[in-house]
Amino acid sequence: MAILVTPQTRILVQGITGDFGSRHAKLSLEYGSQVVAGVTPGKGGQVFEHQANTHSYRVPIFDTVGDAAKQTGATVAVIFVPPPFAADAILEGVDAGLDLVVAITEGIPVNDMVKVKSALKGSKTRLIGPNCPGLVTPGDGPNSHGGCRIGIAPGYIHRKGSIGVVSRSGTLTYEAVWQLTTRGYGQSTCVGIGGDPVNGTSHLDVLKMFNEDPETEAIIMIGEIGGSAEEEAAAWAAANCKKPIAAFIAGATAPPGRRMGHAGAIVSGGKGAASDKIAALKAAGIAVSPTPAAMAETLIQAMKERR
Amino acid sequence: MNIHEYQARELFEKFGVATSPGGVATSPAQAEQRARSLGGKQVVVKAQIHAGGRGKGTFTNGFKGGVHLCDSPEAAADMASKMLGNTLVTHQTGPQGKQVNQVLVAEAVDISRELYFAVLLDRATSAPVVIASTAGGMDIEEVAEHSPEKILRESVHPLLGLQPYQTRKLAHALGLTGPLLAQASKLFSALFKLFLARDCSQIEVNPLVVTPDGRLLALDAKFNFDDNSLYRQPEIVALRDKSEEDPREVAASEFNLNYIGLDGNIACLVNGAGLAMATMDIIQHYGGKPANFLDVGGGASKDQVAAAFKIILSDPNVQGILVNIFGGIMDCNVIANGIIAAARETGLAIPLVVRLEGNNVEEGKKTLAQSGLTITSASDLADAAQKIVAAVQKNS
Repeated sequence: MAILVTPQTRILVQGITGDFGSRHAKLSLEYGSQVVAGVTPGKGGQVFEHQANTHSYRVPIFDTVGDAAKQTGATVAVIFVPPPFAADAILEGVDAGLDLVVAITEGIPVNDMVKVKSALKGSKTRLIGPNCPGLVTPGDGPNSHGGCRIGIAPGYIHRKGSIGVVSRSGTLTYEAVWQLTTRGYGQSTCVGIGGDPVNGTSHLDVLKMFNEDPETEAIIMIGEIGGSAEEEAAAWAAANCKKPIAAFIAGATAPPGRRMGHAGAIVSGGKGAASDKIAALKAAGIAVSPTPAAMAETLIQAMKERR
Repeated sequence: MNIHEYQARELFEKFGVATSPGGVATSPAQAEQRARSLGGKQVVVKAQIHAGGRGKGTFTNGFKGGVHLCDSPEAAADMASKMLGNTLVTHQTGPQGKQVNQVLVAEAVDISRELYFAVLLDRATSAPVVIASTAGGMDIEEVAEHSPEKILRESVHPLLGLQPYQTRKLAHALGLTGPLLAQASKLFSALFKLFLARDCSQIEVNPLVVTPDGRLLALDAKFNFDDNSLYRQPEIVALRDKSEEDPREVAASEFNLNYIGLDGNIACLVNGAGLAMATMDIIQHYGGKPANFLDVGGGASKDQVAAAFKIILSDPNVQGILVNIFGGIMDCNVIANGIIAAARETGLAIPLVVRLEGNNVEEGKKTLAQSGLTITSASDLADAAQKIVAAVQKNS
């Protein structure tokens, strides 16, 4: 089952003709994902073409998300459009009634996201991101080929399996996935929720989905300094989560008051420090990895103890 | 991005937020003129640097205090001459201090009450929130800890904005009555308008004061701006004072690199913000001290890697470098060539440990091994951290 997306999920790409969007649309096609439409206003009627490994891919381009969804049956949009236009692109996906919008774009003004988040209330659309690597449900082909890759994660590092991964950071997610894969543990779905202070989907939202998913047996949750989303997820997990969880929090050595790359990664007003988060996780019975190199080992240990 | 106090006051004036009369001066003559234009009343002269604790600071020439009251325009000129061009050291500047290039000359107002007022983004609700307190002039975090009942919170609807009834509710709760109620309502609305219009992530007014003659004034403020919005805020970008920033951070920003200097001796060069933080953490875990945070981003070019090397090597404390790249999509061999070019160009003479993982990693490792440079290769993140910590400890 996995969560959110399956290998059959039909994807449309907003910004498919830009450098960034076209590069990753091609990689998703090569991974075997169902990229069925592109949207670039003014280029409707054209075709996005790609040749790779004796395959030739042809993806129709539409002027609007609504038209693309209606014509192709796409239910998920992935957004690569530049920051000034990204909030509008998200709202267009909501208006088209999509199930899921995944915003990869980094650098969207926070005030724009405050408004978008408010507009999302009461709609059927879930937003993941912005400023995130997207999500992957691995397939059962070689190097997890045939899965659903939405966003920018390297597909080949994944393996189909039963570990759920949720993270605010991109490369740190890849690190966790690779540690799992090289130890023989595959993944159900890996979700990057993004490093911005206002995002569509929280750690807690994803934990709830993993908890309900019969294919997911255990969970790695990766957080970082800033905000209190990890603490909220930990409090819920202590009372409700049936599955073993291992966590890592990045930023124990970060100085307060400085934005550590991600707009959301800042310790301010004495809140959001790594030590507070780690204490909350431990109090909730979650195994905390002492270093970023031991995320998979910590989870494997927690799974053994649970048996 | 930070701005000076005088710049914050100029923003206040533009948006109709009441503050004490005054302005900036860059010479003693200008300071004298400012003081005279304020009617010859007592003025306060304040050194303008991006650091707190100015009043208790000391200039490197021995002169004490970056904030002084002056009774005449001549005294203001004399005070400005003691501050301008000199270096002020406070508990926030570090021992090297910061050079004072401007002073603020403002009316010295008498104060009957000190309040606190802030607008910021509440991450838990994804909406702005107003925080106000009757305990002004103090550290608000301490107030929140010891007397939480003195903290007022008013959530703002993300689409409606701060409503007039909310400003009256806050004013009433702060004990601002009679003519002060209308002044407060106007000031709070204006501040919120400024918060939205200039894409602030926080405006903290501390203190907000009531004067004996019945004025409500925003006397000092700290601004934080949303970096993501700077592309549409040319007026705010123009306020940036690069002389106040770490020159390495300025150089890094010119190459779209994300660099923050720290006080350790092991430099890190990493792709991705989360992994960059985690790399600092693991260095510390194995007994080392990170010299910096550096995220070269997802698609770093050879030029960016070279620029990153120069920036980390310009820190005299650096005794070793750890490169940690998870090149998921990036070709590890391209990165390896970038590292070699940068190491050659900078004549690297300190230990360098490289951990490469991902796309085309075998070729990348081969390229590093055949370069003839003394580069230590690491098999994973823990191995890399242990190797660089050991190498630096051996040399010191």
